[in-house]
Amino acid sequence: MTSLLGTSIAAMPAALRKLDPRHLVHTPVIFVVWVCAALTTVLSITDGSLFAWSVTVWLWLTIVFANIAEAIAEGRGKAQAQSLRRTRTTATARRLIGGADGAEEVVAAADLRPGDVVVVEAGEVIPGDGDVIDGVATVDESAVTGESAPVVREAGGDRCAVTGGTSVLSDRILVEITSRPGETFIDRMISLVEGAARQKTPNEIALGVLLVVLTLVFLLAVGTIPLLTRIAGHPPTVITLVALLVCLIPTTIGALLSAIGIAGMDRLVQHNVLAMSGRAVEAAGDVSTLLLDKTGTITLGNRQAARIVVVGGGDSAQTHALARLSSLADLTPEGRSVVTLVDGTLQDTADLPDGAREVPFTAQTRMSGVDLADGTRVRKGASSAVAKWLRETGGALPDSVLAQCDSISSDGGTPLVVAVQPPRGCASAIGVIHLKDVVKPGMTERFNQLRMMGIRTVMITGDNPLTAKAIAAEAGVDDFLAEATPEDKMRLIRQEQQGGRMVAMTGDGTNDAPALAQADVGVAMNTGTSAAKEAGNMVDLDSDPTKLIDIVGIGKQLLITRGALTTFSIANDLAKYFAVIPAMFAPLYPGLSRLNVMQLHSPQSAILSAVIFNALIIIALIPLSLKGVRYRPAGVEALLRRNLFIFGLGGVIAPFIGIKAIDLIVQLLPGM
Amino acid sequence: MSDASAGLLTIGLLAAAVAVVHVPLGNYLAWVFTSERDLRVERAIYRVTGINSRSEQSWRTYAVALGAFSAVSVLWLLALVVAQPHLPLARGAEQSLTTAVNTAVSFVTNTNWQDYAGEDGASPVVQTIGLTIQNFVSAAVGLAVALTVIRGLTRSGARTIGNFWVDLTRGVVRVLLPLAFVGALVLLAGGVIENLNAAHTITTIAGRHQTIQGGLVASQEAIKELGTNGGGYFNANSAHPFENPNAVTNLIEIFLMLVIPFSLPRTYGRLVGDRRQGYAVLGFMATLWTGMLAVITWAQVHAASGPLGAMEGVEVRFGVWNSALFANSTTSTSTGAVDSLHESYSAIGGGGALVNMAVGEVSPGGVGSGLYGALVLAILAVFIAGLMVGRTPQLLGKTIGRKEITLAALATVVSPALVLIGTGTALAVPVARGAILAHGPHGLTELLYAFTSAANNNGSAFAGLSATQPFLNLTLAAAMALGRFVPIALILALAGSLAAQRRQGSTEGSMPTHTPLFTGLMVGVAVLVTGLTFLPALALGPLAEAL
Repeated sequence: MTSLLGTSIAAMPAALRKLDPRHLVHTPVIFVVWVCAALTTVLSITDGSLFAWSVTVWLWLTIVFANIAEAIAEGRGKAQAQSLRRTRTTATARRLIGGADGAEEVVAAADLRPGDVVVVEAGEVIPGDGDVIDGVATVDESAVTGESAPVVREAGGDRCAVTGGTSVLSDRILVEITSRPGETFIDRMISLVEGAARQKTPNEIALGVLLVVLTLVFLLAVGTIPLLTRIAGHPPTVITLVALLVCLIPTTIGALLSAIGIAGMDRLVQHNVLAMSGRAVEAAGDVSTLLLDKTGTITLGNRQAARIVVVGGGDSAQTHALARLSSLADLTPEGRSVVTLVDGTLQDTADLPDGAREVPFTAQTRMSGVDLADGTRVRKGASSAVAKWLRETGGALPDSVLAQCDSISSDGGTPLVVAVQPPRGCASAIGVIHLKDVVKPGMTERFNQLRMMGIRTVMITGDNPLTAKAIAAEAGVDDFLAEATPEDKMRLIRQEQQGGRMVAMTGDGTNDAPALAQADVGVAMNTGTSAAKEAGNMVDLDSDPTKLIDIVGIGKQLLITRGALTTFSIANDLAKYFAVIPAMFAPLYPGLSRLNVMQLHSPQSAILSAVIFNALIIIALIPLSLKGVRYRPAGVEALLRRNLFIFGLGGVIAPFIGIKAIDLIVQLLPGM
Repeated sequence: MSDASAGLLTIGLLAAAVAVVHVPLGNYLAWVFTSERDLRVERAIYRVTGINSRSEQSWRTYAVALGAFSAVSVLWLLALVVAQPHLPLARGAEQSLTTAVNTAVSFVTNTNWQDYAGEDGASPVVQTIGLTIQNFVSAAVGLAVALTVIRGLTRSGARTIGNFWVDLTRGVVRVLLPLAFVGALVLLAGGVIENLNAAHTITTIAGRHQTIQGGLVASQEAIKELGTNGGGYFNANSAHPFENPNAVTNLIEIFLMLVIPFSLPRTYGRLVGDRRQGYAVLGFMATLWTGMLAVITWAQVHAASGPLGAMEGVEVRFGVWNSALFANSTTSTSTGAVDSLHESYSAIGGGGALVNMAVGEVSPGGVGSGLYGALVLAILAVFIAGLMVGRTPQLLGKTIGRKEITLAALATVVSPALVLIGTGTALAVPVARGAILAHGPHGLTELLYAFTSAANNNGSAFAGLSATQPFLNLTLAAAMALGRFVPIALILALAGSLAAQRRQGSTEGSMPTHTPLFTGLMVGVAVLVTGLTFLPALALGPLAEAL
């Protein structure tokens, strides 16, 4: 509460600046309050009663409170933008005249154009967004991602993109600039977190329409009261009518609507995700199909050797030893896991014997291994690669080994065949290594939650269908796409969208770009290529593909918060009627004072209490609108029942208590 | 049998009859509007009128056709009423020009507000070839509009929402004519008259002369109730012994009013391929109807001391319970027929009738108009609360976006706006204020009731108000026309917009619209919207009178 008070006071200057009616016109509900407040101000000057002045002051406060909500939400982004801005202030660039081989010249970073090539060395700041075209460097991207561990950027491949404002820690790279000044990633981030680029989202617009129509209805309902009361004699005073109108129009949601939207974007930023538009955040809530890459998202990035099956009647210990030998040179996590596995079972774990020669993995052989000094050759690779090698050396892969491979595949594993060619002998398969995909802990529960929310998960993998099916079953995803090519992905997205489902996916490679653009929510990894980042509508600065699930949650939370506060705001009106109508009409028809169920002190105190409640409820709900309604994945029916109970029923009851409590204080004022 | 037990027996029989009939009738209605074949008589009609029954219309064309048809209907009826003194069987019936305008608009809009006494204002010719025809076609228009909304929800990426002329023809030929025929026979058997006899003049017990008219009553009576029209052959409407002679015909008439509106949710459920959706809407209608019946009956039974409750304005033939049942049904179906005098009802009882209309005639509402009104409320309910499940609101896989919510919200507020503006204006105009009979809050209720009845196309009158004067004739006619056709235009646009959308396949994650929870939500939205709009007016009228 004290922190709220602090931030409210801090946001006060901005809130007061927003009292300008030209600004308020964009929120029609609050604009109506402004007109009402202006009217009562004039009336108070002529009237002069404490009641009139009190109502006037609280009407102005209603607008200020509404502005505070927006100002606080915007203020959060401003602080973030400030630190981002610092990164680009002093940048100069070493541009190469005439491309990569030209001479250097020093220019301001702001003068760089797409296609320029700059050189960046250790200790320098990268002057603009671009792709590394030559060299490898470690880069500190903490200015953008907040992550202090440096990352490697290198020419070619999917790790070539660099962001302006980040700094090179080691080595020297040539960077081809891809963005225009003022349109760099950091520039976009700044405008996004500041809310400058914020456009109203479709749901927000639709909700705005409903609020305007409601406001019109209440204008009519209140506006005709003077006519309807003619039959009874004295119509109520204008101040009373204005007070009733302000109480009835949906000021609460009207005041908080834009703050909710800004806060939703901000929540994403706190998760280190940048949404390029509010529309994307909203779309995330509507997603009904999630495409998740298997590796790194559903399973741990690395496969682990689980066991080694001896084939061809060899000796178990020798097979293990040879499998280990073949992997010693293999520095991939898979290779290391073979060594680790064998080290756990065998006592004799020698290093590579003298005279042995490492045979690294190449794209041609698709095998790795070792050639021993005596001429023995040990190879390890996928069954098809090993079979080819066996054929070349006069051997063959027996069917029993193929059957073993298939059985490992159908368990969701990856088989690696180990083969040996003795000196001047025929090569033969001696064992099959079972590499296992390890499903990340907790994934099954998350997929169950997603299913409850009505979201289908599809696992995308390059594995063969057998392997994919087994892993899909183990992880608990609804469907899988095996041996997926970028075209397959694209086709799947189109097919889902044809069926009216919205699709979310992550991607980092250039070949992901078309699918990222096609998906309703495309989250590009920050480590990915510029093309991918350009195509997606969100960028995950942590490059954590699992975060897609959090993003969906944030989208839903945004929509729920909006719906909940709308319901609350409308439900509030019942109590306000019960406060104001008896107060307004009891002088005409004393019997109507029986509707004064709250036993409010006097007509003046009742009306003033309702107005005060109406203003204070905005302040009271600011934390909720910024934090969002608590969202736990659950079935829609349960979710709806819970929220209807809290915000619907609660919205009916809360103001009865609140107005009564305020009345107990207000009645102490003189003249009430 | 005591009044209460007779009342409870009637309610029980009525509920059972509606429950039994709504299933086959709902299914039949679904077939009528989806069957591929035209009946022989329909083919003849299409051939004569040059209609291509296979062509479909966009919502704009549909709206233009509907508007043109209604405009021509108003002009034809107006000409007929004005010319009736010069037509055969005139029997001295005539109406002033503004009354004639009011009558023409009233019958074309399915309101049947009668600013004339049935016997004296409309000759048998006008009654039969003017008013009765409108009783059929105005109801069929409502049915047609309801069907377009269903088509909007079921079609995917479609540019058309049906063919108005086909919907109109089928509604009359396959639904209203056969049902009205059966209804007329039953009423005839129950004692309702059907003759073309000249008027009898009799001498009353008090020695005064009274002229008793005959007429083709049973045939008009059946469609009067079935089409939720309500325009009586006689001024006394269904309180007249020739229109409604006994408790049995009373029950039949109430049944006829309710049967089509309560069957349409079934039609809806069948056509959208999920009967539970229909049950949710049916539950919404039935909840409101039952709730208001309880309020009105309670108010009437407790209104006056003595064992019979408030008998002022109530026919002894029917008693308090059955009159309350009739009053609740007629005001909740946009019928407007009466078998008792609502003006004489207690403040809460009469207020209940007023509230039934103010809710927008959705419990179960008029033929067709009840369903489309309820579906618009369903859209509002989906929109307000649907966000709370964290998805863009959808109804049956159709997104409720900016366009849809604009149209739905406007369609909902047209009638309340007309009521408040109309009542307010009338109170500001001295000549209209002079028409009010009662003083104080009851006087306001009279005027409020008149405009609520007109703007919601009910047509029941609170009496008391002398509406036969040019100002009220014309303002009420305007309220009827705008209250009928502005929402229809908005709803046709809504249907067009829904039809053009692709139906979203997966709806597991969006808000369920077939559950009791959703039914409760719809009731809540209807009560809240009505309450928030009308509470000040109701407080100054019925509530001020009651408390």
